[in-house]
Amino acid sequence: MSKILIIAEHAEGKLNAGVSKTVAAAKGIGGDIHIAVLAADPAGVAAEAAKLDGVAKVITVANPANANPVAAVLAPQIVELAKDGYSHVLFPGGTFGKDLAPRVAAKLDVHQVSDIMAVHSATSFDRPTYAGNAITTVEAPAGIIVATVRLASFTAVGAGNSAAVEAATVSATLPSHTRYVKLEAQKSERPDLQSAARVVSGGRALGSSENFKVVYDFADKIGAGVGASRAAVDSGYVPNDMQVGQTGKIIAPELYFAVGISGAIQHLAGIKDARTIVAINKDPEAPIFEVADFGLVGDLFQVLPEMTSKL
Amino acid sequence: MKALVSVKRVVDYNVRIQVKSDGSGVVTDGVKHSMNPFDEIAMEEAVRLKEKGKITEIIAVTIGGAKGEETLRTALAFGADRAIHIKDDGEIQPLTAAKALAAAMKKEDAKVLLCGKQAIDDDANQTAQMVASLLDIAQATFASKVEIDGDKATVVREVDAGLETLEVDLPAVISADLRLNEPRYLKLPDIMKAKKKPIETVSLGDLGVTLAAGLKTTKTAPPPSRSKGVMVKTVDELVDALKAKGLL
Amino acid sequence: MSVERDVMEYDVVIVGAGPAGLSAACRVKQLAAAAGAEISVCVVEKGSEVGAHILSGAVFEPRALNELFPDWKEKGAPLKTPVKRDDIYFFTSAEKGFKMPGLFVPKTMHNEGNYIISLANLCRWLGQQAEDLGCEIYPGFAAQTAIIEDGVVKGITVGDMGVNREGEHKPDFAPGMELRAKYTIFAEGCRGHLGKQLIAQYGLDKNADPQHYGIGLKEIWTVDPSKFEPGLVVHGAGWPLDLVGTSALGGSFLYHLEDNTVYVGLIVDLSYSNPYLSPFDEFQRFKQHPVIRQYLEGGTRVAYGARAICKGGLNSMPELAFPGGVLAGCDLGTMNFAKIKGSHTAMKSGMIAAEAITEALIAGADGSVKLDSYASKFKASWLYDELYRSRNFGPVMHKFGSLIGGAINWIEQNIFGGKFPWTFHDLKPDYKTLKPAAESQKIEYPKPDGKISFDKLSSVFLSSTNHEEDQPVHLVLKDPSIPISKNLPMYDEPAQRYCPAGVYEVVGEAGDKRFQINAQNCVHCKTCDIKDPAQNINWIAPEGGGGPNYANM
Repeated sequence: MSKILIIAEHAEGKLNAGVSKTVAAAKGIGGDIHIAVLAADPAGVAAEAAKLDGVAKVITVANPANANPVAAVLAPQIVELAKDGYSHVLFPGGTFGKDLAPRVAAKLDVHQVSDIMAVHSATSFDRPTYAGNAITTVEAPAGIIVATVRLASFTAVGAGNSAAVEAATVSATLPSHTRYVKLEAQKSERPDLQSAARVVSGGRALGSSENFKVVYDFADKIGAGVGASRAAVDSGYVPNDMQVGQTGKIIAPELYFAVGISGAIQHLAGIKDARTIVAINKDPEAPIFEVADFGLVGDLFQVLPEMTSKL
Repeated sequence: MKALVSVKRVVDYNVRIQVKSDGSGVVTDGVKHSMNPFDEIAMEEAVRLKEKGKITEIIAVTIGGAKGEETLRTALAFGADRAIHIKDDGEIQPLTAAKALAAAMKKEDAKVLLCGKQAIDDDANQTAQMVASLLDIAQATFASKVEIDGDKATVVREVDAGLETLEVDLPAVISADLRLNEPRYLKLPDIMKAKKKPIETVSLGDLGVTLAAGLKTTKTAPPPSRSKGVMVKTVDELVDALKAKGLL
Repeated sequence: MSVERDVMEYDVVIVGAGPAGLSAACRVKQLAAAAGAEISVCVVEKGSEVGAHILSGAVFEPRALNELFPDWKEKGAPLKTPVKRDDIYFFTSAEKGFKMPGLFVPKTMHNEGNYIISLANLCRWLGQQAEDLGCEIYPGFAAQTAIIEDGVVKGITVGDMGVNREGEHKPDFAPGMELRAKYTIFAEGCRGHLGKQLIAQYGLDKNADPQHYGIGLKEIWTVDPSKFEPGLVVHGAGWPLDLVGTSALGGSFLYHLEDNTVYVGLIVDLSYSNPYLSPFDEFQRFKQHPVIRQYLEGGTRVAYGARAICKGGLNSMPELAFPGGVLAGCDLGTMNFAKIKGSHTAMKSGMIAAEAITEALIAGADGSVKLDSYASKFKASWLYDELYRSRNFGPVMHKFGSLIGGAINWIEQNIFGGKFPWTFHDLKPDYKTLKPAAESQKIEYPKPDGKISFDKLSSVFLSSTNHEEDQPVHLVLKDPSIPISKNLPMYDEPAQRYCPAGVYEVVGEAGDKRFQINAQNCVHCKTCDIKDPAQNINWIAPEGGGGPNYANM
């Protein structure tokens, strides 16, 4: 039977939401699920982790060196924990896990599975390659399986549990070659198109640069980045660097609004990894509706201001 | 101070990926390949650091079959001084690549390894971290700003929560994210000169690396196509639906 | 704006890494080596790699390759599928057609000993051979202008990189280099933008009939293995184009390669007269014909592309040489349209050019004198003989249509061995053939079904076309007002339809119409440069590396 260790991502005393999704992936594998919380003061995070459904135990490692998530510092401690009979060590697949997991895998001398998006068995997983254009099924060789979990592929588990919390001590010597300096949250300006969690794009239906204001207003209201279809770029409404699509930027926001965009395939190629697509278009036949999770047929010049005012 | 830049030959980012109908992989024959775009960014950064006098020699390294030479020539045209081709025709997984790069770094006594944060073919995002781990040296992944000062580097990293700054002792591994820089156009005279720069060929065995069993790919499939969702009638309905899904 | 340019000198510079340019490159090196001479050869190619802009059917006749590399098999040339069966259909309607009995197939359409190939992949292989022989090949660099000094072509200037849409230098501006040569071979393919200028500048076509063109549209499909018949070649004439009439001519093809891969394509003569005709949509509906559909059904379309071809043949061929340079391949117009093959002829023309140039260089020539030996060698070659035999095919088709013209061609090829005692001429250039929209029937094309037929944009997507966004538009209107002021009222602006990539659109409401050029879509087929009735669109090379990225085309 599998024995799974999940490394908790946390900041400012709060558990990251990705951990719950990682637990969901672990439940797919099946077995004993433990969460390790490495922190300066892990109590609060551990209490949150203990609530996650399916978790058997939460292990805490308290050390002032763990105040900030420095991979080189965390890795030797995790390696030590992993050697306690674990079959799997899973990391939430954000930048925290992506930075840390390979450092652990290499120390354990095992290959790593990146971005698990589906679990077939304890050793077989689906993962995206070629920017999600090909999904490969991989079989891990014998040994501990170190993996990151693609968070967009799993739904968070419930939080009605009360798992035991145990403190662990590790003896690994921690390196001093890496020093955390600071973290600056993303500036409050409009987020960058390519990394924004929310994006609003406008198409040729906007009709002019001035009319793009309704898009900016709405985007600013929900803290979204702003993009455009190629037709809008070619019509000169917005600069080139706002183009979303095959020849422009490929983006994968959590929430994508396609406003007045018909949905030419080049555009769709740029947004196929978007988690949720909302289409607003006055043409009910527009191809964008074929791929949208939510579609609204209507005049964008009425719809957008109304949305802006209602949020 | 020597810098190693690892570069990988991948299917060009403009090429539309086609999954083979028998599920055995993606079509790579007859398909344009080029340097992994993130590695181009790493290469560009190395050249800029050299132009600033922070490093003195750039050595480009690739691992793979004979065609990898093209990628090394591209690196040399960017401004690498020389190149190492770790030749192997097999499938190279990140752990193997990391062992080879770690060995190359030691052999060259390089103070920094620059590479892309991930290759756009396998999207593994592992190699840089693994090299650092194997050598027990510092890593600064997803770099959007790199400053080298003596035997230290200050790196701004693009993390989910924002921009994180790390200070690392050299030697270190730095992996490049998209916004680190915009790679320059390769100039024809530089491409011409690159043809004459030296490329040393070594094998994995020469570096003391053995191929161990890695992940086995059992199937490759195209992604499921998106299906049509629900049509809502009013703005209120839309707002409620998005709120219900926790999206707004 | 004057910029400082690096200069590099070669003996031979070749523009275009296609079958003609690469064969020329290889031949120069082979002959130089045999003579113990050192001749430097540089090839520039606007595609992002060798083969990226190569599109052809292609049933390949290995004659020229046999001469260039007798050991091509050992060297691994990608000729993998010999033609096994050869069917010709006359399609009489969207549902019907008949197979031509073998007896009536003209000799030029026999394909025993030929191979079904990807010409793009053959070019990749030829590029490798050329490099192994010591040629320098630079893909991703477009020849922008010919350097002409005192009436002598001295080489080419490579296009600048890093110029924005307004023509200003961006921070990463990189000026194009001058590549100077004693001889420059222009082998850009059909309607090369430098070839076109040189033909005009030196009056090379003053004794030739106008060039005639077609647009070839092609898709690659992976088909159901049960429907796959490796080595099968199917050619067709008639529906959706004319069988008996002459207002829209052309032909179709369907080739079965290896690995369940099928090529399907339609060639539409650009002499068509109805401005409402859309070659792209003709192709899409053509695939719905039961004879074609039977193979494609259940399969997946994996690639799309389009390219103009020169089909005027010998009658339309300009002079071959001018001081300092020569034309080769489709820049010259060496395609044999009766065989619908241009690869072996392009290769041969490149090889002949190489022979003439190498001899001249070894004799100490500096390129300043026109290379007459190219024309004399050409005339003495099998290439000339072959093109002479086929010279009447195009004009006869234009005059009599596919069925009757086909019959005349059968008589000429099978009875007279291609040597009719008379020559037909076709003197009307393709841009003059359109009838006004008012006199033409609108064509209602069926909506694409998304299974066999598709829309333009999803097709262009499959050509992996990409251009740097922020650069000057490379489709230059000599007079920007013409599309709306003249072409629209007169021909309903046919660019909207003849462009197979959706580059041209007329947008806006009545009274406020605008001609929109989506240059990023351009697959470099050159049809607009050819067919615009006002000859107002000038295709120039965009930033190097832009355009389609064809794989296995």
